[in-house]
Amino acid sequence: MLKKRLITCLFLMNGMLVRSEKFNYHNALGNPIHQLERYNDWRVDELIYIDISRQDTYDLGRYDTKVKIKDNILDIISEVSKKCFIPLTFGGRIRTIQDIRERLKRGADKITINTIAIENPDFITEAAGIFGSQCIVVSIDVKINDKGEYEVYKEFGQIPTGMSSVEWAKKVELLGAGEIFLNSIDRDGTGEGYDLDLIKMVSESVNIPVIACGGVGKFEDFVDGIKIGKASAVAAGNIFNFTEISAINAKKLMKENGIEVRI
Amino acid sequence: MPKKIVIVDYNMGNLASVANALDYIGYKAIISNKVDDIKSADYIILPGVGAFADGMKNLIDLGLVDVLKEQVLERKKPFLGLCLGMQLAAEKGYENGLTQGLGFIKGKVKKFDIKNKDLRIPHIGWNEVYFKKNCILFDKLNKSEVFYFVHSYCLFPEEDIVVGTFDYGGEFVAIIQKDNIFGTQFHPEKSQKAGLQILKNFIES
Repeated sequence: MLKKRLITCLFLMNGMLVRSEKFNYHNALGNPIHQLERYNDWRVDELIYIDISRQDTYDLGRYDTKVKIKDNILDIISEVSKKCFIPLTFGGRIRTIQDIRERLKRGADKITINTIAIENPDFITEAAGIFGSQCIVVSIDVKINDKGEYEVYKEFGQIPTGMSSVEWAKKVELLGAGEIFLNSIDRDGTGEGYDLDLIKMVSESVNIPVIACGGVGKFEDFVDGIKIGKASAVAAGNIFNFTEISAINAKKLMKENGIEVRI
Repeated sequence: MPKKIVIVDYNMGNLASVANALDYIGYKAIISNKVDDIKSADYIILPGVGAFADGMKNLIDLGLVDVLKEQVLERKKPFLGLCLGMQLAAEKGYENGLTQGLGFIKGKVKKFDIKNKDLRIPHIGWNEVYFKKNCILFDKLNKSEVFYFVHSYCLFPEEDIVVGTFDYGGEFVAIIQKDNIFGTQFHPEKSQKAGLQILKNFIES
């Protein structure tokens, strides 16, 4: 039986791991290379890295004295893929087929695209045609708008698109996306739990796997994401950054609740 | 003399991951699309993610089909096909039309035929593999292990070469062995400890 996946999501800003809240507040957490070895022991099923740097030149004005900070996303991919033998997805700032090719060459297994997919939906089809659907994860960032509807946002959740989440999810499936990485902007970093209505609505509208993200504050949220939200995979960032052996304990709880996971 | 392990580079998928995994368990592999490297290889690994037709086209364009057939079928060199690499070892593929494969094994590659509509395609994620027969690849592993899969097409062999299976609305082929020819539908290079052990077992076979 296919296991439900537990995914760690890591946000990178200018080469540093950061914490995100509602897509616009960030604390630096440290060097992304430091904790790599831990993921092998933790039995995390996949890693998703999102580069949320806004500018091209990376300079935070602070450097770790012991280990050189990898300030280039491609170097980070190389380092991660030498140490973590699980599926690796990289996203953020991808605009061209060449961007995808470079990331795959360095050791990424999948890439996730967001803004470019909205601005040029044919890009999904083109990329899936070259690299296979399994490689193209479309990330969908959703926020409840003034009318109380679930609306898709682009540019790291800054700009509304006028599209509903379900409408866009169905379209990306049709265009050749292999998976959907669904983020709730409202819940991001809040620890209030997943937006289960959103996850359920999107999961039930498509046949490709949906990865739920945004809002996990306790391990029970993972259980709800699968059982109530009907997600194929559950992802979170902060809970893994701040809690030791969190993946192991989260999976234990999922298993106790009758969810098939890889222990 | 160190063993020469060649990962065949035919522009299909993530070759670096396979090289990194081998490196981690202590073996240096060469990523190459040169006929001479394949000729002098002790072990040949054909990885790959993507479509059957594209994969075959690339092997043909690079002029690698004959040398692979010669080294694997005549010289009997240990061959490991991973995911698409295993599928290409079949006679025929039905992804984007009918395509002739390498023909190392009798059988076809076809899309999943699953009645249960709750099961999503592609089959993505970690699934249990049941080891059905003795095979050197299972050395030091349990009777079943969990591996990472990502595919929409499956191998349907027409000879008795299936040594491991997985369940996804039916029983499908996870691992094959026919003499020196090995193949896995899953990605050992992405399956942590159990996957690394499979690669180690192949190189030490």
